[in-house]
Amino acid sequence: MAERIPNNRVAYGKALVTVGETRPNVVVLEADLGKGTQTVLFRERFPERYFPVGIAEANMMGVAAGLATTGLVPFASTFCVFASMRAVEQFRNSIAYPRLNVKVVATNAGIEIGPDGATHQAIEDIAIMRAIPNVTVLVPSDPVMTMKLIPMVADSVGPVYVRIGRQDTPYIYDEDRLHLEFGKAVLAREGHDVTIIAIGNMVCRSLAAAELLEREGISARVLDMFSIKPLDTAAIVQAARETGCIVTAEDHNVLGGLGGAVAEVLSAEMPVPLVRVGVQDTFAESGDGEEVLRAYGLTAERIAAAARTAMARRNELKRIL
Amino acid sequence: MNHHIQQLETIANELRCLALRAIYLAGSGHPGGSLSAAEIVTALYFSVLNVDPSRPDWPERDRVVLSKGHGCPILYAALAKRGYFPIEELWTLRKLGSRLQGHPDMRKTPGIDATTGSLGQGISVAVGMALGGKFQSKSYRVYAIMGCGEQQEGQVWEAAMSAAHYCLDNLVGIVDYNTLQIDGCNAEIMEIAPLTDKWRAFGWHVIQVDGHDIAALLDAFAGAKNTHGKPTAIIARTIKGKGVSFMEDQVKWHSSVVTKEHFEQAMAELGCDRIFDTELEATHG
Ligand SMILES: Cc1ncc(C[n+]2csc(CCOP(=O)(O)OP(=O)(O)O)c2C)c(N)n1
Repeated sequence: MAERIPNNRVAYGKALVTVGETRPNVVVLEADLGKGTQTVLFRERFPERYFPVGIAEANMMGVAAGLATTGLVPFASTFCVFASMRAVEQFRNSIAYPRLNVKVVATNAGIEIGPDGATHQAIEDIAIMRAIPNVTVLVPSDPVMTMKLIPMVADSVGPVYVRIGRQDTPYIYDEDRLHLEFGKAVLAREGHDVTIIAIGNMVCRSLAAAELLEREGISARVLDMFSIKPLDTAAIVQAARETGCIVTAEDHNVLGGLGGAVAEVLSAEMPVPLVRVGVQDTFAESGDGEEVLRAYGLTAERIAAAARTAMARRNELKRIL
Repeated sequence: MNHHIQQLETIANELRCLALRAIYLAGSGHPGGSLSAAEIVTALYFSVLNVDPSRPDWPERDRVVLSKGHGCPILYAALAKRGYFPIEELWTLRKLGSRLQGHPDMRKTPGIDATTGSLGQGISVAVGMALGGKFQSKSYRVYAIMGCGEQQEGQVWEAAMSAAHYCLDNLVGIVDYNTLQIDGCNAEIMEIAPLTDKWRAFGWHVIQVDGHDIAALLDAFAGAKNTHGKPTAIIARTIKGKGVSFMEDQVKWHSSVVTKEHFEQAMAELGCDRIFDTELEATHG
């Protein structure tokens, strides 16, 4: 990628344009947040394939469903809070149940959005969306991944929910070396003492945590679990076997999200100590994005501390058994 | 023009200054929709409402629901000026630990009657408050301030229908009809006109006013009070960004960042220096 893309929203907008160039059946719906979600980039290039529905997310889901029945591939965008909660029953019954080919790509995930406050900080969307049958749930972590993922989403069949953050974000991956497959975690860093499973904006923080741990002689593996559903169960079990303890890191409630999903797999298949870094079942508040993340414990330091805790529990368990 | 109206106009201007300063210091927020609602909020808090700032939870108080929650800086300014909390607390807007959240939070801020921010929901909450008032033979009144883009939410019309069904003449819905939303003007994004016909068809008494004319607004609120058996919708024609030349009627000022230069020019245009001299420096000592 020649030019540097500041964040995953812009990557989404650009990827949509790319997708639009070669796929004339892709259309975009927007609920008055195109400047936020960056679908405006598609609107500029393909105004005739861009349908504003106004501030009416529930209606947007129904219209997208109808469009999908005619063979079009609708991308419907708004903020995560509204896509996953305001319009969830419409999404469930009109899109997921009939398995319609609608792609809901929602931005402004998590508490990192900062100053807008709790009403706009989606910390439940993963838990909600992954509980609905037939839905693929994806959380890209950097612009390179987003650019690669969106065309795959366009070519996939069936309902997809993509969760995208708002803030600027560093590049993690090299375009040529990043291989993506739904249901397969990306190994972001090799390690053998502990595994950190992360998504979205917490992947770069987990890599930073791994650096901190390395200084103490701890080798941490980092798995980017961008495909929340289907989930890479095999990679989780393998990590449990090989490192004996797991940390999850997400900008989402620890209940039902990535932490919940990993806990389900571990308890069923390979129970090892698990420490979940994320929003601890509380609404956050307004503040500068980074400050809010810090205030609610979503930092590299906290991930590193969680890794030490997980390792200590594993060692204690070894002694007991 | 009578003295009372002149006083209210001065207050509206002052609220604009306070709201803009709060947004400027916060580094984000929504100037356009705050400024367009300045007279509406002023008329309510400084003339119409039966409230007691020393008892924000007083059960008999009139209620205000800012259904267009993003416009809260102007509401916070009114609450501060009425004494619900100190003026200087406005400068904590959107900061960590502040009682003044990016969107109204009834659990955090004295004087805020409903938590809003997700458009379309506040009007339903207001219907519930009005229904509860009727059911318990209370005499308080409920005022819900909506945006024009917000009219696109289906929930607004579900709420409208229910308010008429329950004959909620203690409910007033005000539409801040500035014709702009985020991505463009209403007509381009999703037409909402003819708005008066719509509210009338949903069984509401409808009054159209210039939303920057305080005398006309006061007449409209009085008209609502004298309407029996049905709720009243006040369709208030406004200008988004009103009062600051470069923000007026500009889509981008829905939520653009207010830089130091913008801020200084806006303060000069609004004649705020004097206000801050007397009010702020007094509070800062
Ligand atoms: C349910 C919901 N969808 C989207 C948004 C994002 N949003 C915030 S303000 C706004 C535009 C509002 O326009 P309008 O109602 O006309 O308000 P005003 O112009 O008075 O600011 C949008 C879409 C939201 N807050 N809630």
